[in-house]
Amino acid sequence: MAYSDKLLDHYENPRNVGAFDKDDAGVGTGLVGAPACGDVMKLQIKVSEDGIIEDAKFKTFGCGSAIASSSLVTEWVKGKSVDEAAEIKNTDIATELALPPVKIHCSVLAEDAIKAAVSDYKSKKETISDAAE
Amino acid sequence: MSTAKPRWTKNTPLYLDYQATTPTDPRVVEKMLPYFTEKFGNPHSRTHHYGWEAEDAVEAARAQIASLIGATPKEIIFTSGATESNNLALKGVGRFYKDKKNHIITCVTEHKCVLDSCRHLEMEGFDITYLPVQQNGLIDLAALEAAMTDKTVMVSIMAVNNEIGVIQPIGEIGKLCRERKIFFHTDAAQAVGKIPINVDEMNIDLMSISGHKLYAPMGIGVLYVRRRPRVRLVAMINGGGQERGMRSGTLPTPLCVGMGEACAIAEKEMAAEAERLKMLRDRFQDGINARLSEVYLNGDQEHRVPGNLNLSFAYVEGEGLMMGVNELAVSSGSACTSASLEPSYVLRALGVEEELAHTSLRIGLGRFTTAEEVDYAVEKIAFEVERLRQMSPLWEMAQDGIDIKSIEWADH
Repeated sequence: MAYSDKLLDHYENPRNVGAFDKDDAGVGTGLVGAPACGDVMKLQIKVSEDGIIEDAKFKTFGCGSAIASSSLVTEWVKGKSVDEAAEIKNTDIATELALPPVKIHCSVLAEDAIKAAVSDYKSKKETISDAAE
Repeated sequence: MSTAKPRWTKNTPLYLDYQATTPTDPRVVEKMLPYFTEKFGNPHSRTHHYGWEAEDAVEAARAQIASLIGATPKEIIFTSGATESNNLALKGVGRFYKDKKNHIITCVTEHKCVLDSCRHLEMEGFDITYLPVQQNGLIDLAALEAAMTDKTVMVSIMAVNNEIGVIQPIGEIGKLCRERKIFFHTDAAQAVGKIPINVDEMNIDLMSISGHKLYAPMGIGVLYVRRRPRVRLVAMINGGGQERGMRSGTLPTPLCVGMGEACAIAEKEMAAEAERLKMLRDRFQDGINARLSEVYLNGDQEHRVPGNLNLSFAYVEGEGLMMGVNELAVSSGSACTSASLEPSYVLRALGVEEELAHTSLRIGLGRFTTAEEVDYAVEKIAFEVERLRQMSPLWEMAQDGIDIKSIEWADH
């Protein structure tokens, strides 16, 4: 597979590999994909009080394109608000990494992962504020 | 850290894909060379020395090939490769006997050219049975026997599988077929020159051989066609009637010579080579198992050609792993490496769960593999698997004691 230099860079030097405590109030966790498909991404965001993503971490089971897509997303979301992060489009990821057509679904999964993380963060926040009332 | 240029790089990787193809043995190349520019005659030219000399070379090669498999030279038909041989065996024999018998039995783990030829014959009105395999990759002989009917014209079961290297019980299959007067064809592309094959002892009626799997050049193969009892077939390529009318076309003298020489070398060196490869393979497996946990061998450990390993590294995806070990030339059964995004149908037939199919690597050792190369490969693979496991959410879950199978995954 002929991969772009950016993709190879993210694969060889992935950014932000790791994990946050998923029970932490400011952490949103997105877990998408399926082992049977050969693609599983876990993306976590750490959100500050004012809804800005301070930090992000990921772990991925998947091919080079999947790893690179999720690594790239963790870079992109830092400093964004959760709503801005949820706007990230897979087409932007695919273009940035020059994904071959057969690998576009990896960028789709990365988009799903960030949306899932944001959604998880939001529902946790609601639960906490419900409990507080 | 040494500043010397690394011996193996992405552009000059360490070759560990001997099932995909083999380099032509330098001794074979040397034997072939005169037939390109000096002794370049057409072996079918009957009227001058150039032709006779080329014919002699081809006939000598025929005898060398026959000797390796226990056949007679007249039973050796040259083709362009095992794909053509498989096509000719199935379609040629099938079409000849079609009016009386139109049932063929084969197996789900056969090479695509066999499976696709069978599908094609189905469209012509043949009845095909695709036998499943057991978890170790081997055919169940009782199931084979049960599938045989009085309409069965032939059974086609490969001797050695290209992905998992398992050796089918060829002798037993041949015996079953001979008892019922059913022709037995075996695709022996991965077997000839690696394990002893004798067409009489094993009751083989047709056999496909591939040049580039046994250190002969690409572009040449053989179909062995038994003369006693006689097997007849309809030729696929018509023309001047070469190869006993079974396969027309001018024979490529240098390629035939190469094929012959490769078989002669194999006959002499096969036993010692098998022992050496087994030792290297054990070294590989032991090395990997010493460094990593949760590594699974796909296919039977014992009934296996010495040069093949097919390993699943749990929690690490195959294409991702191959990218990380790009100083090694290997292949994978993962979907990501196939154009269709489907994981290996052979692994699926073994009942290997999909996520393990995605984590598989096929490693092929061969004549020119050294112990140093094995040690280097083990180190590289172990290092990358460890690195990718640190990045894997599935490994993380397994370490935390979570049962991955209990999770409901959202489809994507």
